[in-house]
Amino acid sequence: MKPTRIAALMAATALTGTAAFADTELNALFMAQAAYSEEDIRAMTASFEAANPDVSVTLEFVPYEGLHDKTVLSMGSGGAYDVVLFDVIWPAEYARNGVLVDVSDKITDEMTSGILPGAWTTVDFDGASYGLPWILDTKYLFYNKEMLAEAGVDAPPATWDDLRAAAQKVKDAGLVEYPIAMSWAQAEAAVCDYTTLLSAYGGDFITDGQPAFQTGGGLEALEYMTASIEDGLTNPNSREFLEEDVRAVFQNGDAAFALNWTYMYNLANMGEDSAVAGKVGVVAAPGVSGVSEHSAVNGSMGLGITSTSEHPDEAWDYIVHMTSQPVQNAYARLSLPIWASSYSDPAVTEGQEELIEAAGKGLAVMYPRPMTANYQEMSMALQQGIQEALLGMASPAEALEGAAENSGL
Amino acid sequence: MFTDRLTLRAWVLMLPLLVVMLAVIGWPLADTVRLSFTDARLVGTGGAFVGVENYTGMLGSRNFRKALVATLTFSVWSVAAELCLGVLVGLLLNQRFYGRALLRALMILPWALPTVVNATLWRLIYNPEYGALNAALTQLGLADSYQSWLGQPGTAMGALIVADVWKNFPLVALIALAALQAVPRDIQAAATSDGANAWQRFRHVTLPYLVGPLMVALVLRTIEAFKVFDLIWIMTRGGPANSTRSLSLLVYQEAFAFQRAGSGASLALVITLIITVLAGAYLALMRRAAGQGG
Repeated sequence: MKPTRIAALMAATALTGTAAFADTELNALFMAQAAYSEEDIRAMTASFEAANPDVSVTLEFVPYEGLHDKTVLSMGSGGAYDVVLFDVIWPAEYARNGVLVDVSDKITDEMTSGILPGAWTTVDFDGASYGLPWILDTKYLFYNKEMLAEAGVDAPPATWDDLRAAAQKVKDAGLVEYPIAMSWAQAEAAVCDYTTLLSAYGGDFITDGQPAFQTGGGLEALEYMTASIEDGLTNPNSREFLEEDVRAVFQNGDAAFALNWTYMYNLANMGEDSAVAGKVGVVAAPGVSGVSEHSAVNGSMGLGITSTSEHPDEAWDYIVHMTSQPVQNAYARLSLPIWASSYSDPAVTEGQEELIEAAGKGLAVMYPRPMTANYQEMSMALQQGIQEALLGMASPAEALEGAAENSGL
Repeated sequence: MFTDRLTLRAWVLMLPLLVVMLAVIGWPLADTVRLSFTDARLVGTGGAFVGVENYTGMLGSRNFRKALVATLTFSVWSVAAELCLGVLVGLLLNQRFYGRALLRALMILPWALPTVVNATLWRLIYNPEYGALNAALTQLGLADSYQSWLGQPGTAMGALIVADVWKNFPLVALIALAALQAVPRDIQAAATSDGANAWQRFRHVTLPYLVGPLMVALVLRTIEAFKVFDLIWIMTRGGPANSTRSLSLLVYQEAFAFQRAGSGASLALVITLIITVLAGAYLALMRRAAGQGG
C-alpha cells in the first residue's frame, strides 16, 4: 500500500474511532490535591470507561480553592460539566441556585443501608440528596510517637488542655521550638480547625438564624487558638499554613502534633519523603472535659450531577462507579470508604488499624459547618476574624463580634 | 470630494472590525453597566432594578476603602520602584562592557515568566520554614530567626511588591534602554567638554530623551498594577486578615464567591473609572510635556 493511502486510512480510523467507541462524552470537575491524587482519579475513571466503552469521561482538575468558583462560573456561562465534586458546605447554596440535580429517587436501598449515616450529611439538604458522598473525611490529631516518648508523655492527649500540657513538655524538652502545627492561613482550612475546636467546646455557629459563634464555645475555641500561639506552643507560621504546609512541617520532624485530614496518615507514616515514617500516631481530635469526648469537623465531599448536564443517566453511572465499595476499598489508604462494612474488611484495615480506630471515634462526632446558602460570605468573615485574633490585631471577642457583623446572616 | 470618498472607503473597510469590537467589548460593557443597577445573582435570579444602591452601599463600605488603600499602596510603591530600578539598569546596560549582550538577554527573563510562575516562585522563596530568603538572611547574620513574610500584615504587602518589582522592572529597563540609544553622543561629549558632571549630564542631556518613553511605561505599569489579581491570589489570597486584598480580589469575591453579580459589576465599573481617570491624567501630562518640548 502506498504511504499516502496508509496515512489516509489512519486518519479515517482516527476520526471514526473515537465516535465508534464513545457515544457519550462526560465532563467532570475534580480537585487536584489531598485524598485521592490526580493519577488515582484517572485510574478509577479508566476502569469505568473500560466497563462502559460507549462513555468517555474528560477530567479537569483545579485546586480546592478554585473548585466552588469554577463550578459556579461554568453554570453562569451555560454549563461545561456533567459531574462535579462538591464540598460538604455547598449543597445548600447549590440547591437554592439549581446547580445540582436532586438525585433522591436514584438512590437504592443498598446505598441507603450500606453507606455510613454520617456520610449522607455531606450530600443531603432539606430532605433531598444532591449526589453521593465520595471522600469521607475529618481532621485528626497526629502525633510523633518518638517525640512524645522522649518528652515523657505517656499517652496521646485526650483533651485540648492535655494537648497544651503535652506540647509544653515537648517544648521544655527542647525537641522542637513549636510543637503544634495548624493550618490557620486565611482560607477554609482555618475555619475547619476552628469548627473542630468549636464542637469540642460545645459551641454553635447559628442559633435561630443569628450568628452564635461569638459567645460560648465559639469564643472559647478562638481563645484557645490565640493562647496556643501566644504561649509559643503552636507554630506562629501556622497563620500562613495550608494543609500541605502542615504536612511538610510534621513529616520533616519539625512538629510533635498536627491537625490534618486522613490523607496525611499514610503519606507521613509510609511516604518515602517522610522523615518520621513509622513514628506517626493518630487519634480522633481531643475533647473538652465535661463537654465532649472527641471533636471533629465534617470535611467530606460528594459527587453530583449538574442541572445543565445533557447526560444525567451516564453521569449517575459514573458517580455510582466512583463511589462503589470495590473502588473505595482499593484506595482506602488515601481516603476511608463510605461503606460501613468496609471497616471490618481486613484488606481495608490492615496496616492502618490506628487510623481506623481514630475514624471510628471521629466520624461519629463529625460537626457540620453551617448549612446556609450564604456560607461563602460567612466563612470569609470568620477567616478574617480568626486571623485578626491570631495576629493580635483584635481580642478574640472583638474579632468574632466583627465576623458576626460581616457574616451576611 | 476625493477625501470624502477616501473617508467613506476607510469606514467601509473598518466596518467588520468595528462590528466585532462592538460585539466582544461594547456589548459586555453595556451589559455590565445594566447589571450594576440590579441585584442580579450569578446563577438563579436575573435581578431587579435597584437604582444606585450597589454604588452607594459599596463606596461607603469599610471593605472597599481598605481594598482601595491596599491597591494604591501596592501600585504606588511597585510602580515607583520599577521606574527607578528600570532607569538605573537601563543606564548600566547602555554602558559598553564585556558581556553586555548576555546581561541584556538575561534581564528579559523575569519579565518573560508568567505571573503564576513568578508568584509560586516567590511563595517558595518566602516560605517561613524552608524558604531561601530566610536561609540567606540568617546565614548572612542579617536576621536571627526565620520570618513569616507573607503571614504578617506588616511584611506581606512589602513582600508582594518586591515580587512584582522583580518581574516587571525589566520592561521599564527595556524601554529606557531603547530611549537611551537615541541620545546623540556628540551632545554628551559637548556637555562633558563644557565641564558638566555626571548628574548634570543625566539631568539636562539624557533625561529629556527619557521622559516621553518613561511616561508610556508609567501609564502601562500603573494600569497593570492597579488591576493586580493573580500575584496576590496565589501568594496570600488577600490575607493575612485581608491586609493585601486588592480591589480586583474584592470584585472576584463579590461577583463569583458571593455570587452577587450586580454589586460585583458596580465595583468593577468603579475600578475601570479610576483607571481611566489615571490614564487620562497621564496622557494630559504627556501632551503638556510634549507641547513644552516642541
